[in-house]
Amino acid sequence: MNSVNTTIASEATQPVETAVPVQESKPAETVIEEGKTVGNPFSNDPKFKLRDVEVFYGETRAIKKISLDIARNEVIAFIGPSGCGKSTFLRCLNRMNDSIDICRVNGTLQLDDHDIYDPKRDVVELRARVGMVFQKPNPFPKSIYDNVAYGPRIHGLANRKSDLDEIVESSLRKAGLWDEVKDRLDATATGMSGGQQQRLCIARAIAVSPEVVLMDEPCSALDPIATAKVEELIAELSESYTIVIVTHSMQQAARVSHRTAYFHLGHLVEVNETNKVFTSPEHELTESYITGRFG
Amino acid sequence: MTDQRSQAEIVRQSLKRRYRKERRFRAYGIMAIAIALGALIILFTDIIGKGYTGFVKTTITMDVQLDGGMMYLDDPTDERQIKMADFVEPLVQALIKEIPGATEEDRKQVRELINPYASVTLRDALKNNPEWLNTTRTLTFLTHTDVDVYVKHAGDGAYSIKLNEQQRAWVDDLLERNVVDTSFNNVFFSGGDSRDPSKAGIVGAIVGSLLTMFVTLILSFPIGVAAAIYLEEFAPQNRFTDFIEVNINNLAAVPSIIFGLLGLAVFINLFGMPRSVPVVGGLVLSLMTLPTIIISGRAAIKSVPPSIREAAEGIGASKMQVVLHHVLPLAMPGMLTGSIIGMAQALGETAPLLLIGMVAFIVDVPDGFFDSATVLPVQVFLWAGSPELAFIERASAAIMVLLTFLISMNALAIWMRKRLERRW
Repeated sequence: MNSVNTTIASEATQPVETAVPVQESKPAETVIEEGKTVGNPFSNDPKFKLRDVEVFYGETRAIKKISLDIARNEVIAFIGPSGCGKSTFLRCLNRMNDSIDICRVNGTLQLDDHDIYDPKRDVVELRARVGMVFQKPNPFPKSIYDNVAYGPRIHGLANRKSDLDEIVESSLRKAGLWDEVKDRLDATATGMSGGQQQRLCIARAIAVSPEVVLMDEPCSALDPIATAKVEELIAELSESYTIVIVTHSMQQAARVSHRTAYFHLGHLVEVNETNKVFTSPEHELTESYITGRFG
Repeated sequence: MTDQRSQAEIVRQSLKRRYRKERRFRAYGIMAIAIALGALIILFTDIIGKGYTGFVKTTITMDVQLDGGMMYLDDPTDERQIKMADFVEPLVQALIKEIPGATEEDRKQVRELINPYASVTLRDALKNNPEWLNTTRTLTFLTHTDVDVYVKHAGDGAYSIKLNEQQRAWVDDLLERNVVDTSFNNVFFSGGDSRDPSKAGIVGAIVGSLLTMFVTLILSFPIGVAAAIYLEEFAPQNRFTDFIEVNINNLAAVPSIIFGLLGLAVFINLFGMPRSVPVVGGLVLSLMTLPTIIISGRAAIKSVPPSIREAAEGIGASKMQVVLHHVLPLAMPGMLTGSIIGMAQALGETAPLLLIGMVAFIVDVPDGFFDSATVLPVQVFLWAGSPELAFIERASAAIMVLLTFLISMNALAIWMRKRLERRW
């Protein structure tokens, strides 16, 4: 079951390696073996096939030999203490790290058996298939309509105005925002509330009909009601999309995800069915984290 | 460890000190602003006080008898006759009639009250209205500059009055009867430079400035914006781009006269472009303005929040689309502000233009980019250095016009920034 790629004992007990050292309370006796993940990291029908992924920021190794499959139409949650590399790993999936000059990615990353980091691969096409929602709602300072229509416009998905209207409406409906904004599509998006802005960003991401939606802590800037709405939305979207969500809220991971992956200091420690992770974690670090002993 | 009570006491005491510091700090700021405002007020009162008379002209209105025999003219449509005719005599005769006690013997002194160009005005009037011949018309002419100076600055020791006692008495009398009168100086706003201060206008310089600014804008804005975008968005971070950046920052601090020398050496001597034309002036000023535009453009691009960039990239916008659709519109207000400030600097620039010959005495309003021209600040320079005191008030008036242009450009920059600035 477990990854058997590399089993070199790691130096991970020295927390200086990570960009954000927060591991003061980490039990010193726990040794993580590099590339060794307990639980159930692989799938028979993977959307993403990731093997021995390493990410470097300059000299710093932020991700250490992670191997993971992300199945079709599943919701997988990445949890772990701050600075553990879960966002970095998420951003590898649609090459958002490309714009960081000092960032370097090693290993095999495949989307539907095609290499993501193939130099010949067009990153625009990749991002059209793998959409992203960010931590802070970041609508364009344009109208609500233009925000949603932007993606379809640049990809040429709609030739006629009526097609575009239809895409905008259906995306806003899927994001559960249509009834709230249908009368003011021309209003600027920056005037909406935080929760509405985030749902608008989700609508914008799904307007280009991606296959995968990456969400980087989508609810961290939202109040509980807006969070509930976004979570409801994730549950609905999971019927047609593969969703990868990074979250700091374990309750959220428990509510929305099918599988949960626990990251620690750049290692992928454990991947399992969500209820298994939260009821009977296999790894002691996972257990310490979900019981709130650190992180 | 201090107990609760004494700690509060310490905090309270330190608070007093902190507030005192704060008040002092505020007072320094207010003082600085007061000094700056004071300097501005002194500058403006000086310029306006010296220059407002530049906007006033002195005219003389009299009944001119257009006698054909006196002028040796019987057909005003005949070019040859018009050229030969005497247009001074009717003016002198008319003025003698206006001045009680003046006789034929005083004609030389009377003549000195009339502007040398008045006869030209009369000639043109007659050419346009041939039917006026052998009638008597009430016409208005400019007075001689000496009269103009006497009327405006009679009690001012700084001006030397060139009229003699007799003439002064006449002018005083004429003024009283409103034959000699002052009015808004439309001549100043309708013609080019002249040797005669009363005739000198600023239009030539304004048009020259506009043509030069147009060339500068057309060249420096697109090049500056493109350079800023490339350096900020596309250029790799290496020694070479660092080198370019240092040099651009240096160029912004290079004295402008050096750009003038460069223009002289390259555009005029090497490329053989004509001297004192707006195109060369514009080229030189673009070189000078470019660094300002590039630096402000880069700052504006840097200030676009990365979240917007990420959002666009996350949807799959290409680099080009991210820049054109999102970064550029958001950076535009900053870029425009920087450009307008750069243009305002260029508008007030004199030194480099002196070197490329835009300091020539040019009477005609320039027709185009390759026509000899001068610009507002150079016109100010020329008039301010003129030995005739009547030019000094023209120089001050020209400064006011220049300042009006500058203030409106800067106001436009502020308005645009306020207007186009988006918040998120």
